[in-house]
Amino acid sequence: MKHTLSLQQYMVLLAVMLTASVGDTLLSHGMKQVGPVSVTHLGMLLSAMRNLWVVSGILCLLGFFASYLTALSWADLTFVLPSTAFGYVVVALLSKFWLHETVSPYRWAGIVLIVCGVGFVANGPSLTLHESKHPAEEPAAAGEAR
Amino acid sequence: MVAGAETSVLETGVLETWVTIVTVAVTAVAGDVLTAGAMRRIGDLDLIRAKSGMAGAIRAVTSSPMFLMGVLSMALSFFALLFTLSNVEVSLAAPASASLTFLGNAFAAKLFLKENVDRRRWLAAVFVCAGVFLLSK
Repeated sequence: MKHTLSLQQYMVLLAVMLTASVGDTLLSHGMKQVGPVSVTHLGMLLSAMRNLWVVSGILCLLGFFASYLTALSWADLTFVLPSTAFGYVVVALLSKFWLHETVSPYRWAGIVLIVCGVGFVANGPSLTLHESKHPAEEPAAAGEAR
Repeated sequence: MVAGAETSVLETGVLETWVTIVTVAVTAVAGDVLTAGAMRRIGDLDLIRAKSGMAGAIRAVTSSPMFLMGVLSMALSFFALLFTLSNVEVSLAAPASASLTFLGNAFAAKLFLKENVDRRRWLAAVFVCAGVFLLSK
């Protein structure tokens, strides 16, 4: 029985992809403004919390964790993980077209491979159904067609 | 004698490098599998949120010992990565640990979560693993 995802669930997967990559990019931009943090000056980490880019990055990563957990509650780990990898592609494309960085042929090849990998799982079922002797222990929505 | 000693030091260095990288990957896989297992037991978060609100969903997640062990494993993986990055070049450590984590997750999901990791998902894991490695070039 093949499970398909609802539009809302695709939106959650999209949030997983975007929040991780955008969050990392915001944190990176913010920490470059804050400057290098050494072990002897960990107090600088507190001052980093006053940087708007760093705070935005942390909020994005909190959003990532929430959407990642939500996705894992109705889809397999081996279905969700390639989606998170798609975030690497988003970062590479952002760096090329927004930051105008050079993307090497190796990176383009990597992008193509990840897109293929995500395409493989996206066409398949999102959840493995197990025969259970105790149906009450199954997740509430596991039996619903998606 | 001197050449032998140099070889020994070199081999120890390579061994240490890969032990730290594999430690990052193993703890990351443990974190992912424990978290995924916990979420499977808890059930559909969208439904829980619709029934008990956001506070109910947060309570359901944070009261799961399996989830907390998963977060602990993720934290260990993070610190293992920090330790690795202090000894190994980032251009090797980051993609190698990420790629190993993708493959390890496919094995662990099949073994512990009993997921149906069919040929399509194996191919996805291998393609993503190779893709992540190429992105670091």
